[in-house]
Amino acid sequence: MSRLVISGASILNRAPADIVVAGDRIVEVGKPGSADTSGARVIDADGLIALPGFVDLHTHLREPGREDAETVETGTRAAALGGFTCVHAMANTEPVADTAGVVEQVWRLGKEAGWCEVRPVGAVTVGLSGTHMAELGAMAASAAQVRLFSDDGKCVDDAVIMRRALEYVKAFDGAIAQHAQEPRLTEGAQMNEGVLSGTLGLRGWPAVAEEAIIARDVLLTQHVNSRLHVCHVSTAGSVELIRWAKSKGINVTAEVTPHHLLLTDELARSYDPHFKVNPPLRTTEDVLALREGLADGTIDAVATDHAPHPSEDKECEWSAAAFGMLGLETALSVVIESMVNTGLLDWAGVADRMSVRPAAIGRVKDQGGLLEPGQPAHVTLVDESVSWTVRPEELASRSRNTPYRERVLPGRVVHTIFNGKPTVIDGRTERVH
Amino acid sequence: MNKHLLSAGDLSRNDALLVLDTAAQLAQVADRPVKKLPTLRGRTVVNLFFEDSTRTRISFEAAAKRLSADVINFSAKGSSVSKGESLKDTALTLEAMGADAVVVRHGSSGAPHRLANSGWIGGSVINAGDGTHEHPTQALLDAFTLREKLAGGEGDLAGKKVTIVGDVLHSRVARSNVLLLSTLGADVTLVAPPTLLPVGVETWPCKVSYDLDPVVPDSDAVMMLRVQLERMTDSYFPTAREYSRRYGLDNHRMSMLREESIVMHPGPMNRGMEITADVADSRRSVIVEQVANGVSVRMAVLYLLLGGYSPAQAEAEQTVEGS
Repeated sequence: MSRLVISGASILNRAPADIVVAGDRIVEVGKPGSADTSGARVIDADGLIALPGFVDLHTHLREPGREDAETVETGTRAAALGGFTCVHAMANTEPVADTAGVVEQVWRLGKEAGWCEVRPVGAVTVGLSGTHMAELGAMAASAAQVRLFSDDGKCVDDAVIMRRALEYVKAFDGAIAQHAQEPRLTEGAQMNEGVLSGTLGLRGWPAVAEEAIIARDVLLTQHVNSRLHVCHVSTAGSVELIRWAKSKGINVTAEVTPHHLLLTDELARSYDPHFKVNPPLRTTEDVLALREGLADGTIDAVATDHAPHPSEDKECEWSAAAFGMLGLETALSVVIESMVNTGLLDWAGVADRMSVRPAAIGRVKDQGGLLEPGQPAHVTLVDESVSWTVRPEELASRSRNTPYRERVLPGRVVHTIFNGKPTVIDGRTERVH
Repeated sequence: MNKHLLSAGDLSRNDALLVLDTAAQLAQVADRPVKKLPTLRGRTVVNLFFEDSTRTRISFEAAAKRLSADVINFSAKGSSVSKGESLKDTALTLEAMGADAVVVRHGSSGAPHRLANSGWIGGSVINAGDGTHEHPTQALLDAFTLREKLAGGEGDLAGKKVTIVGDVLHSRVARSNVLLLSTLGADVTLVAPPTLLPVGVETWPCKVSYDLDPVVPDSDAVMMLRVQLERMTDSYFPTAREYSRRYGLDNHRMSMLREESIVMHPGPMNRGMEITADVADSRRSVIVEQVANGVSVRMAVLYLLLGGYSPAQAEAEQTVEGS
């Protein structure tokens, strides 16, 4: 059995330790220098922070259908570089992941790529049409073991369909991950509705369009006693609603994207579509409320909503451009800048929101374990002391649509260990097969 | 002056006055038998129109030609754009042709901003109307007209009361006018049903009223905005008749205006909707003069952006002074 020794890492930023890995498990955690390194590959992690491998609840891998933007291979490689050992692949591919066949294909492509675990998200309705429920049971029973279902990109806006889906997934411990967007209130919407949208002459996407759906869905969830996950929460009002729902014991979880923790609608002034995203960038008050919600646990997870687009879909006028931005390779740095450096979250908190809780929400068995003997060996090693300049052309994603071009961000993933094998060493990917 | 004219908000008070004063000088050219100056000889002005707007395009074309520029009209309809060419590729093509200025009309807010800041083209970009964002040369011609009619043709518009009525939400003319007229010292009041006012309008440098009648008697100028009938199907207001009753300018409302007050409209008008034919054709209406002033103001903009402070300016000044 292959042995790996991670020497001198500070687990969750506590005292340094040696982590011994045999096969795909952590077998020993001890004082620095205590590990038997004979016959083992040694990774010098002196000065680095060890965290459980990150789990992303919201990744667009674009395969099948839009391999010009991203593939399972390129997207999961980007994920490994970002410290992720598991990603949830969203269903809005071409064809849509609304059958056992498509989710198994994506799951298998993830296995073959080997950079991290790929957990397909199944569509709630056939073709994301919002009208007929997809075969959720078949996807749950498939090799992909789907537990999260989402029409992400579109809202399940029909209250009856949403109710039925919430009820139906109870049979296999599933959850509906809702893209909360009231469609009529957001027809043609281009950016956050506020002072700036009025000035810029861009059609507004009002906060109420998100909050109205969340309010309805938490009540539906309570009524049918099911489980709801809210995708990419973006407004202060949404945080309030989820806080209220949790206080009533409603089984709701929520995620926030890194970009909604850092960027605001002011960036739309440039009319540069790299800042066009759905839900849109909001105001400073919203950003601060989201940070607070993530810090106090109202929001359970950071999820990237990594959304690759080819350059022609961004090098154009704002209203013609696609919604979405890359996120996997910058997620940790943005969380450090917005949450750690602001004192809102410690490293145990980062591990909780980026690994432990998302793994629990996705019902991912062998992810999100703390770094203890007997746990699966998914480890992300972080150097918090460095900073780096984001250069789109240096990213591993097939696309270049990062909103952080030339921005200096703190902290970097140095090594990533997936299933006991290094996928990233010194910030570069290692071939795993 | 900046290199580009993208927003009326880019113009300082001095910039705006410079444009208006220059336009006043250049307007004299229109009264000559030969309506032409050699100022922009050898320079190329491209009219890049992704949206149909015959009146704005011919106004810019007349302005450029009176300054002796070479004019290329690039209309999205009938060009490669309708076959799916991107804004970027169109811009690169114009750049390769050596456009010194690109006058752009586009249905997407911010498209001129993209052209000016993307590095795709090196020339000046003039916004000739972008989506529901801005139309700065319309505001300049409106300011010019107001100054001629209300302020003796010189100085700013300090204290002048201008009421803008109609579909502010979708109006680039309203946005540019609020910015420019407030820069020039005018007191602007927007009048519209609440559904046709953008979120955040309370932060704009103007007053807002839901009722037209109380505002009319104190107005030096009333500017009526075009209201498209399809706004009715989107439930912005119940019926065209109700809109006309509450927000239209008819003879009765016009009779409440002071003797010297004027009526404006950026065109094209919906006669019978926001303005009755009687009002449009009345002695208070300056709608035709707005069109004529449009050419002078656009000449001034092209002259200042392209001629700038180069030798061409001195040449033009001599010509103007000599006229």
